[in-house]
Amino acid sequence: MTSAVIDREPLPDTAPQDPPRAGRRRRRHDQPPRWQLFVPLGVYLLFTLVPFYWMLLFALRESGSDSLVPWPITFEHFEKVWNERSFDTYFFNSIQVGVATMVMTLLVALSGGYALARFRFRLRMPFMLALLCSQFIPGALLLVPLFEVFRELQMLNSLGSVIIAETVFQLPLSMILISGFIRNVPPSLEEAAWVDGCSRLRGFLAIVLPLLRPGLVAVGSFAFVHSWNHFLFALMFLSSQDKQTIPVGLNTLIGSDSVDLGALAAGGVVAALPVVIVFAFIQRWLITGFSAGAVKG
Amino acid sequence: MADAVKARSRPLRRRRAGSTPRYLPYVLIAPAALLMLGFIAYPMLSVLQYSLRDYNVTKPWRNGFAGLDNFKEIFTEDDFFWDTLAFSGRWVLVEVALQLVFGLVLALLINQTFVGRGLARALVFSPWAVSGVLTSTIWILLYNPSTGVSRYLADAGIGEYGTSILSDPGTVFWGVVVAELWRGVPFFAILLLADLQSVSKDLYEAAAVDGAGRLRQFWHITLPHLRDAIVLSTLLRGVWEFNNVDLLYTLTHGGPAGATTTLPLYVAQTGIDGNEFGYAAALTTVAFVILLFCSILYLRLSKFGGDDQ
Repeated sequence: MTSAVIDREPLPDTAPQDPPRAGRRRRRHDQPPRWQLFVPLGVYLLFTLVPFYWMLLFALRESGSDSLVPWPITFEHFEKVWNERSFDTYFFNSIQVGVATMVMTLLVALSGGYALARFRFRLRMPFMLALLCSQFIPGALLLVPLFEVFRELQMLNSLGSVIIAETVFQLPLSMILISGFIRNVPPSLEEAAWVDGCSRLRGFLAIVLPLLRPGLVAVGSFAFVHSWNHFLFALMFLSSQDKQTIPVGLNTLIGSDSVDLGALAAGGVVAALPVVIVFAFIQRWLITGFSAGAVKG
Repeated sequence: MADAVKARSRPLRRRRAGSTPRYLPYVLIAPAALLMLGFIAYPMLSVLQYSLRDYNVTKPWRNGFAGLDNFKEIFTEDDFFWDTLAFSGRWVLVEVALQLVFGLVLALLINQTFVGRGLARALVFSPWAVSGVLTSTIWILLYNPSTGVSRYLADAGIGEYGTSILSDPGTVFWGVVVAELWRGVPFFAILLLADLQSVSKDLYEAAAVDGAGRLRQFWHITLPHLRDAIVLSTLLRGVWEFNNVDLLYTLTHGGPAGATTTLPLYVAQTGIDGNEFGYAAALTTVAFVILLFCSILYLRLSKFGGDDQ
């Protein structure tokens, strides 16, 4: 394709009866009537948002009230779960697990993903195959043997056991995605840096890493959200109450004899808040991150 | 020492590798490989070993070699195993099919240009970030017979008071299906949207010029393009729905009367609540073999990656 064609790109493919409008890449005739878009989307939005609203409603209105708006508003349920139901402890434990899992996953996956993307070595294909196969191994089914492993390592009832377990199950997919991102960075960029006297590590840090940012955000937030949400490892490996995480705390609230719905809803909001905030920041990069990984992954 | 290795390996090395030692890739994959060997491969092997034992952590006196007794019990005496297997199959099929259909429709809707698309996308994708336990929490609030949605509907004259969706064996299945659907659809929508955005717009324009309507464009351009993504995402999701027990464990605890117990949930209950590690390990082995078999069969039948279009 010559540069002349690129310069005139909007013109040749525009049908004569449809004058081009500035800033619009698609034309009217591509699009269905508006109601065919907004009616189903609106219905689906209701299905998505009503459950969230229901939880907020229960968390914010007074106990015993049956109004459909949280008014008069109260924060008693939040105080209760935070102070009396130890959600303060659970919250900081969960943050530790989430952040540590994210950092470990990214470091290990970057190092392995770089090797897979840039080197041809004898164990490359077997290793790739092992990564793919491990996707079929259910974490829930390895609970019992993992419990034994951590008992041998004397790591039971420490957050480290949960962090390691979460990282291990995040690793394969993260590494496959990251190696896809690295393959999208032209090797010539790195080689130019070596010619200029950079070491491989410095070349990587200075040239490749900045280009990987969207992908790393996607993979890292994936790891954070998963470990924040995951429940069975924490339930199985952590026995004392001051080591529990948020999902286990929620499960305790659900399982108590007379469920305090207000407290349960408030606990749910505390559990949802960090992931919703993370999600709001990264959802745009999530799509680009996944499509970049999918191109060659 | 290092120099000696370098000198010996020099003629074999590729020219482009410059000053890179040959063992570098192995050093780079070592952390990942060690973690996976220690915490996936080793536990997998020990599952096989436990499955041949009669092993209960709370009863150290019966901790011996049992041969294939666990497996014999599973296949010949344990009727509940077959119930959980049947439920697992139904659960995975219904969930994956519904999530795929809704996710695809949602991806197609969101892929169009309209005002507020960014916000709409963020909102409809948001349940993706929500955990199984949190999903349970939300749907427990919604399904509660005295304060949930059904009560307000009854106020408005729809349905009856005191409808308890989760404790009625007739409604519990669709109750949990809807809850899991709520959280599962965004996964498909996100992955399929990523793939949709890589369809060349020229194709649609060419098809439009040739007079193809939107339905035919979807059938002949969009769907073939999404094929591999659909096969892969349904497979990953199917495996995930089979394995994931968070939601069912917390929402219904497998009840009422075991009506919503999947095979992995049965394993978790046998292991966590019952402490029957040996029997749970045997169930794990069986579940894994079934899962592997179904996955290979699915990839074969769907001719994944084949160029048979």
